[in-house]
Order: sequence, then C-alpha cells, then structure tokens
Amino acid sequence: MTIPITYYLILSTIVFLTGVAGVLIRRNIIAILLSVELMLNATNINFVAFSRYLEDLGGQVFVFFALTVAAAEVAVGLAIIIALHRSKESINLEDFKLLKW
Amino acid sequence: MAQLVFGYFAGVIAVTAILVVALRNPVYSVLSLLIMFFHVAGLYITLHAEFLAAVQLIVYAGAILVLYLFVVMLLNAKQDDRYHRQWWVAGFVCVPLLLELLVLFAGGKMEPSPLLSADQAGPGTDNAKAIGITLFSTYLFPFEVASLILLVAMVGAIVLAKRDIGGSGA
Repeated sequence: MTIPITYYLILSTIVFLTGVAGVLIRRNIIAILLSVELMLNATNINFVAFSRYLEDLGGQVFVFFALTVAAAEVAVGLAIIIALHRSKESINLEDFKLLKW
Repeated sequence: MAQLVFGYFAGVIAVTAILVVALRNPVYSVLSLLIMFFHVAGLYITLHAEFLAAVQLIVYAGAILVLYLFVVMLLNAKQDDRYHRQWWVAGFVCVPLLLELLVLFAGGKMEPSPLLSADQAGPGTDNAKAIGITLFSTYLFPFEVASLILLVAMVGAIVLAKRDIGGSGA
C-alpha cells in the first residue's frame, strides 16, 4: 500500500531533465517559459513528497511560495515577450542576437 | 492499488512532460502542460496535500495556462520548423545527469524505511486548516514578502507591456 520516496524522486528528476532539455533545444521563447514551468513543477513534486515522508507541513508551505513566484515570473516573462514581439515582430530566439559576439 | 494509482499518474506526467518539449506547435505544448498539471494535482491528492491540489488546479491550470494561451494566440506563434542547433549541448547536460541518477538509485539499497506511510494521517485530518495555521504562524513573514513579490510583478508586467500612448513625448 505504500510507495517508496525513491519513485517520487525518479519521477521529478525525469520531469526536471525534460525541462532542462526543453530550455536548451527549443527556439520559441514561449516554449522555453513552458519548460521552466516543467522544472518548477518537478521541484514541487519533490517538496510535497518529502513533506509527506517527513510529516512536516513546511514542504507544502514552500510549494505555496514557489507557486506565488511562478505566477509572478509568468506575468513578467509574458510581458517581456510581448514587448519583444512589439519591437522585433518575432518570438524566435535566434532573432535576438544584439548582445552576441 | 496505491502503486497502480501512482503508476498511472507518474506515467502520464512523464509522457506529457516530454510532449511539452517535443511538440512543435506551441498551442499543443500548452494543452499538454495542462494535462500534466491535472495529473500533478492528482498526485498531490494521493500524497494527502488536498489544499495544494486545489491551488494547483486554480492557479496553474486556471490562471497561468490561460495567460500562456492568451499570449500564444495573441502573438500568432507559428510552428517551430526545427529545434535549436545546440541540441547536442542538451544531450551532454541531460544524459550524464540521467545516468548519474540511475546509478545512484540502482546502487543505493532500497530500504524499507523510506516509505510513505499511507495511514499515518487519517482522513479526518484537515489539510487546509493545518496549512493555514502553519502559514500564518511559522511562515508569516515569508507570506507577507510573497504579497510584495506579487505587487512588484503586477506593476512590472503593466509597465513592460504598456504601449506608449502619445509617442515619445511622454
């Protein structure tokens, strides 16, 4: 009836690595932000699993704060994307190379 | 039974997470992420975090993903024709990490002690009440700081996305 905490760790690692790969291989800025959401959710799964395992509610409260920060990040990130699209008419990452050598 | 439920949620979460990255159309990526959020909420329920499951559905699926869909459709995001050419960097980062993980979990002995006990907290315990008490006693100051973060994000988003009405003279 019980599930070892290792399974939760494996699941969250898979999701986190998928997010890392997404940040590195996608060229659409919105897809990159979605990959960041994947990474945040992987850490949240870890927090809740350990909160259950250690029987401490602190983990769940931290997920609450992570959610707040994720909401703020999404609002600011999407505003930046809209501003970028307004100035360059593109959301392809390779069109933004002003600071590249 | 519990393992079956966990297997279902974990399988769907892993598959949809990979689909978010692999699908080329941003709208399909967002919808796949929506399915993943629903199943993460289900996983939270099996972990007896009912309040967080509700918050996950309301905030993530209800607010954040709708924001994403708005922006995807506002910007008329087209399909990626190909992935970024630095995909081999992603391979070099992710494959060793995955191998390390497998070695770590295969080498470590699966002790019976790290078990998530399913019957420690009975169904009578009120998860939302307990979280509220913890949040407003131990974590009161971080809670107030979180409200400040939200305020700054709100002001920042409005300033960043604001169109310059009246040209450059403002």
